[in-house]
Amino acid sequence: MSYSEKVIDHYENPRNVGAFGKEEEGVGTGMVGAPACGDVMKLQIKVNKDGIIEDAKFKTYGCGSAIASSSLVTEWVKGKSVDQALAIKNADIAEELALPPVKIHCSILAEDAIKAAVADYKKKHGE
Amino acid sequence: MKLPIYLDYSATTPVDPRVAEKMIPYLTEFFGNPASRSHSFGWKAEEAVEHARAQVAALVNADPKEIVWTSGATESNNLAIKGAAHFYAGTKGKHIITVKTEHKAVLDTCRELEREGFEVTYLDVQENGLIDLQALQAALRPDTVLVSVMLVNNEIGVIQPIAEIGEICRSKGILFHVDAAQATGKVDIDLAALKVDLMSFSAHKTYGPKGIGALYVRRKPRVRLEAQMHGGGHERGFRSGTLATHQIVGMGEAYAIAKAEMAEENRRIGALRDRLLKGIQDLPATYVNGDLEQRVPHNLNISFAYVEGESMMMALKDLAVSSGSACTSASLEPSYVLRALGRNDELAHSSIRFTLGRFTTEEEIDYAIKQLHEKIGKLREMSPLWEMVQEGVDLNTVQWAAH
Repeated sequence: MSYSEKVIDHYENPRNVGAFGKEEEGVGTGMVGAPACGDVMKLQIKVNKDGIIEDAKFKTYGCGSAIASSSLVTEWVKGKSVDQALAIKNADIAEELALPPVKIHCSILAEDAIKAAVADYKKKHGE
Repeated sequence: MKLPIYLDYSATTPVDPRVAEKMIPYLTEFFGNPASRSHSFGWKAEEAVEHARAQVAALVNADPKEIVWTSGATESNNLAIKGAAHFYAGTKGKHIITVKTEHKAVLDTCRELEREGFEVTYLDVQENGLIDLQALQAALRPDTVLVSVMLVNNEIGVIQPIAEIGEICRSKGILFHVDAAQATGKVDIDLAALKVDLMSFSAHKTYGPKGIGALYVRRKPRVRLEAQMHGGGHERGFRSGTLATHQIVGMGEAYAIAKAEMAEENRRIGALRDRLLKGIQDLPATYVNGDLEQRVPHNLNISFAYVEGESMMMALKDLAVSSGSACTSASLEPSYVLRALGRNDELAHSSIRFTLGRFTTEEEIDYAIKQLHEKIGKLREMSPLWEMVQEGVDLNTVQWAAH
């Protein structure tokens, strides 16, 4: 499998690896995927009082593309409102990372992770 | 020490320089066609081919007349299984038995025979990767024509009990084929004692060139096959096609070296494998796949739980290894061999196969151990599964959103 330089960069220097406390104020947690399928992504967003995502963290079990996709979205969601974050599409992720066709599912999983994290945030904050 | 370090000797081996040296004159100087009977060019090539045939036969204690050259173990498996099935279908029956952990060259050949109307039983293996002889006994039928079981598994290196299987098959008059591609130079093979009728060999797993192999076809009791490749009637009609003299010379020399050096080499490689295993045993949640005793000395297949195989291989870019992860295969399915052992998908995705060989050094193994500690630790820090396990979550109780 030959990967693009961007995938390798995100894989070797993943951005925002880590975790927030799930019950922390303003935190939404999304976990998608399944171990049996070979990838699980956990994405967390931290939303400030103005509704802007001021920080994001991830942990991913999966191939290089899955790790790169989740690392990339943590960068992309920062500074966006939760609704702007929902506008990030898997095609944008796949294009940015030049993912090969067999790895498109990694970008879909990353989009799902954003949706799951935002849904969790909205549920907790009564929206 | 040169990087990356090659630890994938079960995929292929380098040609031993002593082998390459023997091959070269047969490309340029002694280029004759071994089938040319009318001049010395042909005689010289034929002499080399017959010398190599004797070298191959000697490693496995067979008669040189029982060795048929092929293009490799895949072709040998095809010729043995289809050839025997087709020849004996009318008289003996149309039932074949093989094992779920066989190489694709056997499994896919059996699938093809199923399409032609044969019935195939695919035996399960036990948790250690070995077949249960009682299960084999129970699967035998009056119309069973052939049993095919590999000697050494390519992924997990376990050694199947072929002596016992041979006894069972012979007592019932059923042909027994063994894929020995991964076995030559690693385990002793004595075809005078083993009740094996057909055995497949490869050169490139034993420091010979790619593109050449052989099939052992027993003469007493005589085994007959329907040829798969038709033409000039080479190899007593079993396999037509001009013989690749230089490749054959290489295979012969490679097998001669294996015979001379295997005892000493296996001791050395086994010690290195044990050093590797000992060096990573302090890593938590690591599992050896396959039986450690009934196993060739150069193989170690380990699942590092909670990290995915392909990302592990990316992290271990200084180590040339292979993985059972779906992400490294074209099919996007995790290793069917590990699944057959009863490993769950997650552990199958998390496996790495290390196969050591003739040119592996202690320094390389120590470097690999150091790399594994660094990289597995880093990937686990990044793994949500590892985090959950540390928090005391039982992953089996989690509702996953399968995709």
